Amino acid sequence: MLNIKDLYASVDGHQILKGLDLSVKAGEVHAIMGPNGSGKSTLSKIVAGHPQYTVDRGSIEFEINGAMTNIAAMEPDLRAREGIFLAFQYPVEIPGVPTSEFLRSSYNALARHHGLAEMDPLDFDPFIREKMKVLEMDEKYIDRAVNVDFSGGEKKRNEILQMAVLNPRLAVLDETDSGLDVDSMKIVAHGVNVLRTKRNAMVVITHYQRLLNYIKPDIVHVLYQGRIIKTAGPELALQIEEKGYDWLIA
Amino acid sequence: MSDKSEVLQNSYPVEPGGYKYGFITDVEADAAPKGLNEQIIAFISRKKDEPAFMLEWRLKAYRHWLGMKEPHWANFKYAPIDYQDIRYYSAPKKKGTGPSSLDEVDAEVVKAFEKLGIPLTEQKRLAGVAVDAVFDSVSVGTTHQKDLEKLGIIFCPISEALRKCPELVKKYMGSVVPHTDNFFAALNAAVFTDGSFCYIPEGVRCPVDLSTYFRINAKDTGQFERTLIIAEKGAYVSYLEGCTAPVRDENQLHAAVVELIALDDAQIKYSTVQNWYAGDKEGRGGIYNFVTKRGMCAGVNSKISWTQVEAGSAITWKYPSVILKGDNAVGEFYSVALTSNRMNADTGTKMIHMGRNTRSTIISKGISSDFSHNSYRGLVKIMPSAENARNFSQCDSMLVGNNCSANTFPRIEVKNNSATLEHEATTSKISAEQVFYLQSRGLNKEEAIALVINGFCKDVFKTLPLEFAVEAVRLLEMKLENSVG
Repeated sequence: MLNIKDLYASVDGHQILKGLDLSVKAGEVHAIMGPNGSGKSTLSKIVAGHPQYTVDRGSIEFEINGAMTNIAAMEPDLRAREGIFLAFQYPVEIPGVPTSEFLRSSYNALARHHGLAEMDPLDFDPFIREKMKVLEMDEKYIDRAVNVDFSGGEKKRNEILQMAVLNPRLAVLDETDSGLDVDSMKIVAHGVNVLRTKRNAMVVITHYQRLLNYIKPDIVHVLYQGRIIKTAGPELALQIEEKGYDWLIA
Repeated sequence: MSDKSEVLQNSYPVEPGGYKYGFITDVEADAAPKGLNEQIIAFISRKKDEPAFMLEWRLKAYRHWLGMKEPHWANFKYAPIDYQDIRYYSAPKKKGTGPSSLDEVDAEVVKAFEKLGIPLTEQKRLAGVAVDAVFDSVSVGTTHQKDLEKLGIIFCPISEALRKCPELVKKYMGSVVPHTDNFFAALNAAVFTDGSFCYIPEGVRCPVDLSTYFRINAKDTGQFERTLIIAEKGAYVSYLEGCTAPVRDENQLHAAVVELIALDDAQIKYSTVQNWYAGDKEGRGGIYNFVTKRGMCAGVNSKISWTQVEAGSAITWKYPSVILKGDNAVGEFYSVALTSNRMNADTGTKMIHMGRNTRSTIISKGISSDFSHNSYRGLVKIMPSAENARNFSQCDSMLVGNNCSANTFPRIEVKNNSATLEHEATTSKISAEQVFYLQSRGLNKEEAIALVINGFCKDVFKTLPLEFAVEAVRLLEMKLENSVG
């Protein structure tokens, strides 16, 4: 579903990714681990299409209508409509825009793209409330402005709520565990696990192993200095928890 | 990608500079020669077939104006205006003489208004809103007049009101904005040509929105209209104002005066969407918009609300104000001012509290983009007589890009210690991160910007009549389309 080949990418003139390869199939959950500054967030931004990040070399192929398509030059909104979702490490505040209105606009943008029926506020309300229950989110949040005066944990839950609403084929979770206490992390992980199916895939980016106790990956990669230096099964995460990264880098 | 931009072009027929009202209508005009002197003023008065007192009134203002200086204290610079190089009267030629009806109006003018979305003919007129259409110096048609007359409401061009009900005009004109008020108010008093007159009799709630659409068409012509709205005891009226002008390389002057009078328990709601031509990317051309708008809450429990969406003009100099004279009177000012390219806006309000328990609310949202400058300037004045007066002010600025500026100049004068005043101000930036965040949720760039701007302006937009609010949102979207990098 996702095939990244020999990818070099920069931000503000600094090359961060240097020959990264990554292949993700439907139904898989991949974990990407690595020390700070290894390029984890850059990878998430480049897959989602952040305009400040540029692809210098290589390709990012994503399956669209059954065909692998290079999306390196595609606008972020088009990628989103084709089924790519990024859960932000630092979700952005949009003052004055109610969360429900924002979510419905997003949902309808995707629905329009796929020729499906759009939802009016009356249809959308029960739909969204159902999704919020899974994430144990207080219903008051849907009337509040997007991420404004949300706690760190609420912002992260809001990201997973958006994922639940948009039902992406490929979800990239960028350090979704950072800033979460154990209880919140369990709730968020549960929300993610509910969304896991045979036809979608997830890339979970994390610094620590602990999230992977709750979201079980099929494959674990270690990213270092812009490249994947090791790929193995879930046991790799446990080894890193125990030994750190040094033994891999040396 | 290419088919997407085509769809956009179809929905907004955009001309150079993104301004879709920039067309010029080719009509034969009946115009005064350029320049300003007592003969020109007499010419205007004669053209309007005015009662003698009006000419006297105009000349008095003119003589006062001659001793006044053009104001340059606002937070922008403009070259001194050559008042002898402006045409003070231009009207599309009528087919016949005698009482005017739409049949006598040049078909091109009617078509021009239709193109602007303001149909004037009985068959096509807008439901739910009565429109007075002003083309350069004259009103060319007013819809729904007969229905309104049944309720005793007078809604007509001010030149017609001078013939229909001269006593009312004489009593109120200049009572809120005297010709001595400021340079442009004096100029307007001397040379004003048309504008709307609304009179809502005691206890009547005007069933439709009253609206005036101002169109500047002729070259080198200034538009100097005067609007006067009187709400008698217990009356209510909602009034809308829209304005556009063709794309031209020269600056054109628009100096209007609006006076509102609300008597006991009366309410006036005045909404403006101002979209005069703002000049091109380099700042060539555009309207100089020097406007004096003021309302008098003369009666107890009266209320005046100004809502403005200022999105056009090369220069906007405008401070819609309320004098809260009656006890328990309420004044409100809700404003969205957007500047793009090289535009300058210096706008805000004055709330003058005189009566007891008077309340005022000010919510101002300034959005600056490109190389523009946007200033809020406000005064809240609590007079000694204003026991228990209250004011709440909120002034928020949003910057789009790195080359624009936003300023606030709030001023507070309190002469009664029982007053309660609150002031909040914020400055924020629409960031590439916000746009990316929304794009990563499937909204395209335009939708993303619209959502952010909408959120920012929500408190103001919700005070606009629905259709106006939709138009305002679309207008801001269009203006900001290329501004967020």
